[in-house]
Amino acid sequence: MTASFVTVAYLGATILFILCLGGLSNQETSRRGNLYGIVGMTIAVLATVFGPQVMTAGLPYIIGAMLVGAVIGMYAARVVQMTQMPELVALMHSLVGLAAVLVGYANFIDPAVTVGLTPAENTIHEIEMYVGVLIGAITFSGSLIAFGKLAGKIGGKPMLLPARHWLNLAGLIAVIWFGYRFVAAHGVAEAMLPMLVMTVIALLFGVHMVMAIGGADMPVVVSMLNSYSGWAAAATGFMLSNDLLIVVGALVGSSGAILSYIMCNAMNRNFVSVIAGGFGSDGGAPKAAGGSAAPEGEVTPISAVETAEMLKEAKEVIIVPGYGMAVAQAQHTVHDITQALRERGVNVRFGIHPVAGRMPGHMNVLLAEAKVPYDIVFEMDELNEDFPNADVAMVIGANDIVNPAAQEDPTSPIAGMPVLEVWKAKHSIVMKRSMASGYAGVDNPLFYKDNNRMLFGDAKKMLDEVLVALKA
Amino acid sequence: MALVIGVPREVFPGERRVATVPEVVTKLVKQGFRVVVEQGAGQAAQIGDEGYRSAGAQIVADRASLWAQADLVFKVRAPDATEIALLREGGALVSFIWPAQNPELLQQLAARKATVIAMDSVPRISRAQKLDALSSMANIGGYRAVIEAAHAFGRFFTGSITAAGKVPPARVFVIGAGVAGLAAIGAASGLGAVVRANDTRPEVADQIKSLGGEFVPVDYVEEGSGVGGYAKVMSEGFQKAQREVFAREAAGADIIITTALIPGKPAPKLITEAMVQSMKEGSVIVDMAAEQGGNCELTVPGESVVRHGVTIIGYTDLPSRLAKQASTLYATNLLRLVEDLVKTKSIDGDALRIDMNDEVLRGATVIDRGSVTWPPPAPKLSAAPPAAAKAAAPPPPPKAHGAPSGPMAGTRAAVIFGIGALLFLIIGRYAPPSFLAHFTVFVLGCFVGYMVVWNVKPALHTPLMSVTNAVSSIIAIGALVQLAPDLTKISTDLARPNEWIRWLSVAAIALVAINMFGGFAVTQRMLQMFRK
Repeated sequence: MTASFVTVAYLGATILFILCLGGLSNQETSRRGNLYGIVGMTIAVLATVFGPQVMTAGLPYIIGAMLVGAVIGMYAARVVQMTQMPELVALMHSLVGLAAVLVGYANFIDPAVTVGLTPAENTIHEIEMYVGVLIGAITFSGSLIAFGKLAGKIGGKPMLLPARHWLNLAGLIAVIWFGYRFVAAHGVAEAMLPMLVMTVIALLFGVHMVMAIGGADMPVVVSMLNSYSGWAAAATGFMLSNDLLIVVGALVGSSGAILSYIMCNAMNRNFVSVIAGGFGSDGGAPKAAGGSAAPEGEVTPISAVETAEMLKEAKEVIIVPGYGMAVAQAQHTVHDITQALRERGVNVRFGIHPVAGRMPGHMNVLLAEAKVPYDIVFEMDELNEDFPNADVAMVIGANDIVNPAAQEDPTSPIAGMPVLEVWKAKHSIVMKRSMASGYAGVDNPLFYKDNNRMLFGDAKKMLDEVLVALKA
Repeated sequence: MALVIGVPREVFPGERRVATVPEVVTKLVKQGFRVVVEQGAGQAAQIGDEGYRSAGAQIVADRASLWAQADLVFKVRAPDATEIALLREGGALVSFIWPAQNPELLQQLAARKATVIAMDSVPRISRAQKLDALSSMANIGGYRAVIEAAHAFGRFFTGSITAAGKVPPARVFVIGAGVAGLAAIGAASGLGAVVRANDTRPEVADQIKSLGGEFVPVDYVEEGSGVGGYAKVMSEGFQKAQREVFAREAAGADIIITTALIPGKPAPKLITEAMVQSMKEGSVIVDMAAEQGGNCELTVPGESVVRHGVTIIGYTDLPSRLAKQASTLYATNLLRLVEDLVKTKSIDGDALRIDMNDEVLRGATVIDRGSVTWPPPAPKLSAAPPAAAKAAAPPPPPKAHGAPSGPMAGTRAAVIFGIGALLFLIIGRYAPPSFLAHFTVFVLGCFVGYMVVWNVKPALHTPLMSVTNAVSSIIAIGALVQLAPDLTKISTDLARPNEWIRWLSVAAIALVAINMFGGFAVTQRMLQMFRK
């Protein structure tokens, strides 16, 4: 296979990847989109393997490595629970990051790649290499920590070191300084030390960055790491002068960046403040601000049987799921309840907040897994105006995303955040384990509203009881 | 000893309501109260003594003994002189009182060392809605007003085309869209009439629409919402504009229902004699404000009269004309009050000590153990005034997905373009051509990604992440080309650490392969799940 042929194959693969992302614009075309991605990847890999850059002597290694990876990957894809998707995605990001680091090092110790380069080209190549390893290392360690947090192996609370911004700044300066040393060094042996030091700093930086971010900011972090893994691929492409890698890296990078942007908007937060860590990071006393206007009124509890009665009598029901539903694995019961209600002629719809759950679109995937038809699942903007018409709005394990304080109390830490207006429904039912405040540490006036009822207990257990009462 | 609740028969002439119904008696008894009902108390409301008895109440024939044994008396109308005399010294009474209009009544009750809760003084805050008897009664009154109008009106409400000719729909105009007005709008449009309605408070337009009415605005800018959700007195200019609208509407309407009230003031005269004259013969006006003087100049309170061919109904007992319904709702309001009393520990055994720290109870209690506690301190606002609504920062307009976010502010765009231009200038000046080619590809790639990804549905964001993750395993190419390159083209004197490079590459390929296969597989699995 000639070099030109490989280039044409890469071009085809690029188009297929663009079509792949484009296919996700709606559910009908999404499966075909994924297929485009698979075909594109196959073409790219085969063209490379059988192209002029790979000798047949390498084939056994390639096949062996591919097989090992394929077996592990397919196994993981099969056994993963839909509630664990955020963990899996974070873990996979770390693999891309680590691969970028390894490729970078391989390139770095290979003297053959710099043969015939002009001094300017050589400098640029070295910077590309350095940056590629840097991004890869941050992605790797950051994703690992994100995985740990999402899987509950590391506590969800933000770890806020004193002077953490200064630590980050010092790290950045050190990275630039060693970058300068790296470019100035002659030969691999001399450049190895700056490279290693930078890698360690980058790894620590990744750890520190994600450790400082709290559980509910995870959607932003996961999409940001998604973006980084793309940039790592693009940097590797620059390093290897490979346009396919550059384009695909850019596609993935901008996709992740847009997702981060959407998530930040949905929380009405600035990207920098999310990444800087903690909530309301100034002064580190978020609760004090929320305490200013303690909601008045009383909380009215309700039993599962009464909940079922209310649902039976309703004509319009809107269900608002949150992370609590994922934790309790309650999505299947939610589906059964939905079905029971729909059979009774109740119009059931779902309202999804963009940051519900721990990654973008998390709730949609869970509901889809439970076979809830996607045409009754709506985005916040599509549905928010309909709450006044709803007889019952049922909130399952969500808190901040339904907090009226975001609209009513300008001093609230979450003021201005777009929220689902469940309190405008004729009745709302909030399922919660206790009266504890949400991630933002803000008390929720919704709980004290006159038309609100609280159904305390584990979401799965309570919903099971509701279902039994519904069917009785 | 259990607290005894006594329910006497209403003595006011023409009053048909009763302060409790059997369903509520059952609940009160279940809560440990003893309920004593006067013989025949529910007769006018079509509730027999047997009903009360089987619900657990004790029927007493003798009025005096009922008043004597009751710790707490439930009534509808304010007590008259004989009833005040019957009230036990230090006893307690719950009923409508209208303390502002009846100061002497207050003094007489205070002289009996009584505790009196006035159902008309329940503060209008959202927590107290469940015991807001005024709203319950207004709701019934609004409905009954339509029924009375239909009775007096000589035609159908619904328009229809029959074999005997065409029937135009009745045109109903409702003034004031409070609880009563809204109930009237709902009832009239339910009967098939064309309903138009006006209110000085523009925010009720949506409520009017939701009940099938059409909002008739007065073209004059003035905010008409007063404290506690009531209307306030409007300016002269507004009133003039309003009169013009009413004159126009009156001429076209078959039925006018007026509900305009301003707290503590006589009802505003909105329908003039000239307007009545302009109406078609056989039209009907129901003046629900008759008790406060009426909204129509020709209203005779308590009576139905015909003036200029128009029937003007000024009944002041509309809720009582739907006695069973009114009694049921009123009794339920009282039940909620009792529940609040129990919850605040105001009822302890058979003693009643109102918890004056509770905002609702404080507002409703007009006499506490002989001392007049009316008027209560100003209530906290229930309906937030519009000023406060404006103070709350409006949430940023949600960005539409599928479209790149709206145009940026001019200066910001200029700055960004400036920085971009500078950056490009520097790159163009110093970078070698081989880099520039890749850079072009990179920038275009970013833009394509940007355009494509905005079209992705939020519902598919998780599959998007897992597929982009799978796609980023394209980095495998980087490892592939380094694993076994064609070394023959490169001079052999270079010391290339082949083994190191090979194993680094193998490791990278294996890692990325996990991603590649796992990522696509899991995406496929997820996408299979999305179904209609």
